[in-house]
Amino acid sequence: MNYTTVIGLEVHAELSTRTKIYCSCKNSFGSEVNSNCCPNCTGMPGSLPTLNEKVVEYAIRMGYATHCTINPVCKADRKNYFYPDLPKAYQISQFDIPLCEHGFVDAIVDEEGNTKRVGVTRIHIEEDAGKLIHSESFSGSLVDLNRCGVPLIEIVSEPDMRSAHEAKAYLDAIRAILQYLDISDCKMQEGSIRCDVNVSVMPEGSTEFGTRCEMKNVNGFSAVERAIEYEARRQIEILEAGGTISQETRRWDDLAGKNFLLRSKEDAQDYRYFPEPDLGTIVVEEELLEQLKATIPELPGAKLLRYMKETGLPFFDANLLCENLDKADYFERCLALGKCQPKAITNWLLGDVSRILNEKNKTLADTSLTPEKLCGMIALIESGTISNTAGKTVLEEIIWSDKTPDQVVKEKGLAQISDTSALEAIVQAVIAANEKVVADYRGGKTNALGFLVGQCMRQSKGQGNPAVIRELLEKAQG
Amino acid sequence: MSLYQLTAKELHEKLHRKECSATEITESVFGRIDACEERVGAYVTLDRENALAAAEAVDKKIAAGEEIGPLAGIPVAVKDNICTKDVLTTCSSRMLYNFKPPYNATVVERLLGADFVMTGKANMDEFAMGSSCETSYFKKTRNPHDLSRVPGGSSGGSAAAVAAGEAVLSLGSDTGGSIRQPASLCGVIGLKPTYGSVSRYGLVAFASSLDQIGPFGRCVEDVAALYGAICGKDPMDATTARRDYPDFTAALRGEVKGLRIGIPKEYFGPGVDPQVKETVHAALRELEGAGAVLKEISLPGTDYALSAYYIISSAEASSNLARFDGVKYGYRAEEYDGLTDMYEKTRSQGFGDEVKRRIMLGTFVLSSGYYDAYYNKAKLFQKSLRAEFAAAFEDCDLIATPASPTTAFKLGENIGDPLKMYAADVCTIAVNIAGLPGLSLPCGAVQGLPVGMQFIGPRFSEERLFDAAYAFQTIRGGKLCDIPNL
Repeated sequence: MNYTTVIGLEVHAELSTRTKIYCSCKNSFGSEVNSNCCPNCTGMPGSLPTLNEKVVEYAIRMGYATHCTINPVCKADRKNYFYPDLPKAYQISQFDIPLCEHGFVDAIVDEEGNTKRVGVTRIHIEEDAGKLIHSESFSGSLVDLNRCGVPLIEIVSEPDMRSAHEAKAYLDAIRAILQYLDISDCKMQEGSIRCDVNVSVMPEGSTEFGTRCEMKNVNGFSAVERAIEYEARRQIEILEAGGTISQETRRWDDLAGKNFLLRSKEDAQDYRYFPEPDLGTIVVEEELLEQLKATIPELPGAKLLRYMKETGLPFFDANLLCENLDKADYFERCLALGKCQPKAITNWLLGDVSRILNEKNKTLADTSLTPEKLCGMIALIESGTISNTAGKTVLEEIIWSDKTPDQVVKEKGLAQISDTSALEAIVQAVIAANEKVVADYRGGKTNALGFLVGQCMRQSKGQGNPAVIRELLEKAQG
Repeated sequence: MSLYQLTAKELHEKLHRKECSATEITESVFGRIDACEERVGAYVTLDRENALAAAEAVDKKIAAGEEIGPLAGIPVAVKDNICTKDVLTTCSSRMLYNFKPPYNATVVERLLGADFVMTGKANMDEFAMGSSCETSYFKKTRNPHDLSRVPGGSSGGSAAAVAAGEAVLSLGSDTGGSIRQPASLCGVIGLKPTYGSVSRYGLVAFASSLDQIGPFGRCVEDVAALYGAICGKDPMDATTARRDYPDFTAALRGEVKGLRIGIPKEYFGPGVDPQVKETVHAALRELEGAGAVLKEISLPGTDYALSAYYIISSAEASSNLARFDGVKYGYRAEEYDGLTDMYEKTRSQGFGDEVKRRIMLGTFVLSSGYYDAYYNKAKLFQKSLRAEFAAAFEDCDLIATPASPTTAFKLGENIGDPLKMYAADVCTIAVNIAGLPGLSLPCGAVQGLPVGMQFIGPRFSEERLFDAAYAFQTIRGGKLCDIPNL
């Protein structure tokens, strides 16, 4: 029998606000253990939370970006459980009234730009817990409470995904939106995005979902695909053997490529949610909602599809451009100048420009490379004024200085010689000096032509237009 | 007359006229503590050294010709559930037997800014759960008016310290009557402020939506001054209200002419001692004689207040007290096998019976399947009770009731019967559920034991409560509290 896999994701994203969600401690990763902590973070008796309004604003922006309804009047609730990384023994979260709900994300699932619409059940705000540390020099557990109170949004999807690939596409879309809104660092390796995965399987064609299992600790974009495939296979094997699936929470171990039972439904915790009495009702004014809505940029998925449609760029290029809003904006400013071909712009932007930036660990904003200068340089190549190779030299100069491409071309004498009368003498001289190669060429060895072009280029000190040289060589041997 | 017997108002005048020094005041109070603390047991921790240092600092200010505030150099006891930096804050629990907070509660910071002198930390029922101070892990506090009787609770140490002259003023906290009931039993004045007027930052939480810190004193002016020093918006406590507060002491007029006092019949029912009722009625007739208008009213919701209180307060307590797990501070069981066992043993050994009873009750009412039947119902009742009080305040300016159904009972008399003990708060609980201010003031005695009268007002009507109490104090010749011989 064939089976359909049904997947829902709960994505936890750490927000990059300056301070934590319920106190004014710094929200930063990698500080010295237990250094970004106040009585709140350590769960001191008598400490009280106060809500960081920026967290509400960030979450609402995510809500708008995922087409959610915003609940302008909502509240915080306590989720009670014991664990050493949770010093208050409750997490301040949201229970029955989330800040945002009933939204969707259109995830791009293939290179043709087809999309899959995944429902967003809810987005709520909550605090992160600390981290347990184990070391070989100490037999017990140690706890670092720096992460306590780091703001999180939990984005809960509908069980709309039908393959690991779709789940990955959805996750990519969520990450891209978070990055566009500049509300999360999205560093999986620092744990700033974490994922719980709900998986069930049902016979193909069925409309009734099977019993689901939840997998925790799926921390990595590719791990999501592996974890889902493993779990679906596990469930199908049980069903094929005549068994039934029991509702469980399982822990994914990416190194082992397996998951393990954490607890069964009978052991499910009762979190005893109730309204957080230390915080008032959260009320977001209409005016602020409007302001926040106005900050939502064109979203990465929509932008990508538009680039493919309007400029004919292939998926690969459009996708790389849209990875980061600065790069996409830069591309559009280049495009608006109308000086050169879109594909030429992306070739340079995603090729040499990216390479130089990566080498120096800089961003476009750190350079002097205005769209005018980059496109000016590309236009010089397109018009045949300079060679592609000379273009690279020009780029290295204009990217860090105030010089224009024309200035660099002039200073370095990079202008290409396309004048046939000037190149004719070089071509004749090279033919005369390489009789054997010329004979080979005439004898049908076509690659000999390349050698001759190279010789001409050398003679012209790199300034000859190779296309014109090639033409002249062919004509001379014609 | 010794300095410890004077009120803060009188002491301030003496300091101002340089008739005594702050050091002499503090020494006098500690002299009184030396003489009778062994029998009263008001304190868990005494801090003589810091108290004298604070008093000396005030004396230096005076010597330098600086203007000092009304609380400067005044010895104040602080309930042991209010965090004091580097000074033990135990909540009278084994669970926090060694806990020294790394920070001060906002009220303590404000009083430090007013140059107060902290005498020490006052005994209480464990985690403020109790009405007799008997659930304290460390000691029993005795009623200064009869050492065989309880001082009331949970702020029994704070009330007893002021009543005995072991402090001039004190801070308590009130979740269901924990300031007003012991004030009543010890014959002092105590205010449970409007919810949201005093910061709870640094108050070890019992029931967050009901807890409120408040003052004790031996005259209305003192209580008004201490309240004025601690009230106000605190950015660290999201539940504090943003509003302007008057100078409560300066506003005292003692005018009750035309003041409409509602007398709810439910507070004078069969559960209240007849002699207590009669004492309160007599006091009200004195106010009537001064021009107040007495009106009988009805607050039928009162009957459900006790049940709703034990649901809401226990639910919040079960969550608030979950942090005491032996991981970070306080008590940890010595022997255990793994994490869960460490939690279980620590909490079994660290908490007393009453605290465990409330945690279990609270855990139960929040459990899935029971939440709607209990917690939600109680919260709905809370809304209707608020509306009931609001309606009552359309016809009267304040409401007067007994502050406690009985005078001080004997140690051990109720401790074995939780329901009987819970009934001790029957007069005070509705005020917390409705978030209102309530003031208890001595209005007479039955067989030598003080009887307290409670004034209840609309939210943020403390000024009115103080003024009515001040009028009564004036009727009684300017004095409501006597320090007994000990």
